[in-house]
Amino acid sequence: MGKALSCERVTVKYEAKYAVRDVGFEIDAGDYLCIVGENGSGKSTLMKALLGLVPLHDGRVRYDGFGRNEIGYLAQRTVVRKDFPANVMEVVLSGRMGRHGIMPFYSGRDKEAARENLGLLGASRLAAKSYRELSGGQQQRVLLARALCAAEKILFLDEPVTGLDPLMTAEFYGILSDLNARGVAVVMISHDVESAVHYGNKILHMKTAPLFFGTVSDYLKSEAGRTLLNAKRGVAVDPLADRAGTEVFHV
Amino acid sequence: MFDLFRELFSYDFILRAMIVGILVALCAALLGVSLVLKRYSMIGDGLSHVGFGTLAIAMSLGLAPLQVSIPLVLLAAFLLLRISENSKIKGDAAIALISSSALAIGVIVISLTTGLNADVCNYMFGSILAMKQGDLYVSVIVAGVVLVLYILFYNKIFAVTFDEQFAGATGTRTGLYNMLIAFLTALIIVVGMRMMGAMLISSLIIFPSLSSMRIFGSFKRVVICSAILSVLCFFVGLVVSFVLDTPAGASIVIANLAAFCLFALIGFARGRVLLGTAEDKSSDEAA
Repeated sequence: MGKALSCERVTVKYEAKYAVRDVGFEIDAGDYLCIVGENGSGKSTLMKALLGLVPLHDGRVRYDGFGRNEIGYLAQRTVVRKDFPANVMEVVLSGRMGRHGIMPFYSGRDKEAARENLGLLGASRLAAKSYRELSGGQQQRVLLARALCAAEKILFLDEPVTGLDPLMTAEFYGILSDLNARGVAVVMISHDVESAVHYGNKILHMKTAPLFFGTVSDYLKSEAGRTLLNAKRGVAVDPLADRAGTEVFHV
Repeated sequence: MFDLFRELFSYDFILRAMIVGILVALCAALLGVSLVLKRYSMIGDGLSHVGFGTLAIAMSLGLAPLQVSIPLVLLAAFLLLRISENSKIKGDAAIALISSSALAIGVIVISLTTGLNADVCNYMFGSILAMKQGDLYVSVIVAGVVLVLYILFYNKIFAVTFDEQFAGATGTRTGLYNMLIAFLTALIIVVGMRMMGAMLISSLIIFPSLSSMRIFGSFKRVVICSAILSVLCFFVGLVVSFVLDTPAGASIVIANLAAFCLFALIGFARGRVLLGTAEDKSSDEAA
């Protein structure tokens, strides 16, 4: 399988402080990379740097064989005005924008794809609703559907299961695995190390600089992996405690 | 009623004002939806003040007002957008500085040359007599360009308005479309300013979309409703100004204000109804 994304010495600075330092890795078209690490370890910033949303202080990012318009993305927090008037279909369709190039309007094929992805996430009946009237979990599903619409070659997800109930979470991981099996590379930031090592095939453990990059089986044997997993298993009683645990946890 | 309209349209200047006004009202409302939702309303206001300054300079130099204003206000749009995107400077404060400075420069230029006369008052608060035949052609062309570009880039404008981060990550050139929105706004402000007045033109951008958002929950409906509402308010305002002999710009703003109050009331009443049904449903589920 061909390379999908490679980066070298990726470094991002906020003011004088390093947010991400010297990250380099490669992933192939069929890879499923999970990025783990405690809060403030630069995971989200790294993802934004890979997507070209924050300027690089140093280093470079390369996509092989496809352009930015074949990328799907779900941000950790999507800031939308509380009273923004947009219905769900309009939001999901905007995920198909990148494939248009110069064509100004959506085709029937686009609408079909939007409906299909809403269906995958069990959100078909929301299609005509206004985005601002949805609950947090429903909004998350709509944004996921939009990300799926955009992901032709690679899908970036920043803590995608936030706000989903356990059943939907499991289903969503299933959808991701299917997508991945079809050759779409997945890059996912996750607080949930257990599912990261369960679903992913590669792990990047961040602490501003990378602590570990490699396959899941190597990660499980590594010190970084063992410490994090043990710590998780120690404090993980429910998802909230899990989050609190990561905040005070130091490698 | 019929006689009133016949009398109204027998005047050339009213007909000109009607054509330009309807086109400006339409374009301003379309762009207004994005500006309001992107929190760029201040840019519209800033541009109109810069427009006043450039008109004053054009007048004192004896140049054609539109030809001087359009490039200068476009330049201002570029700068204002840069400022509002630069997080280090507080955008709204910087825009307020620029707009009051432009206003001050305009007033100084006028008082040094022609003096503060009735023309200045017309620039500030608008006059439908300001439209000459040549302005009519420029206005129609500009409005046509704005309309065509808006329709062609409608979906992209939605994408950068709704979620700029996602649009940027997935290959849409967000900077380009932000600039497009700012440039089109600058064009419409310059064209509409002399009829509406530098102090009042931004209401044409802000009011219709705010009113429509009270009632409609989809972007497309808000855009369409804003366009219709804006044209309607313009027409009503102009007719009222003719009948009651009030200034046109101010009358149009008041018509927009009345529409906003009406829409807010309907939205509020509907919100209460929706809230009521939602509560019913949840109590049903609980039972």
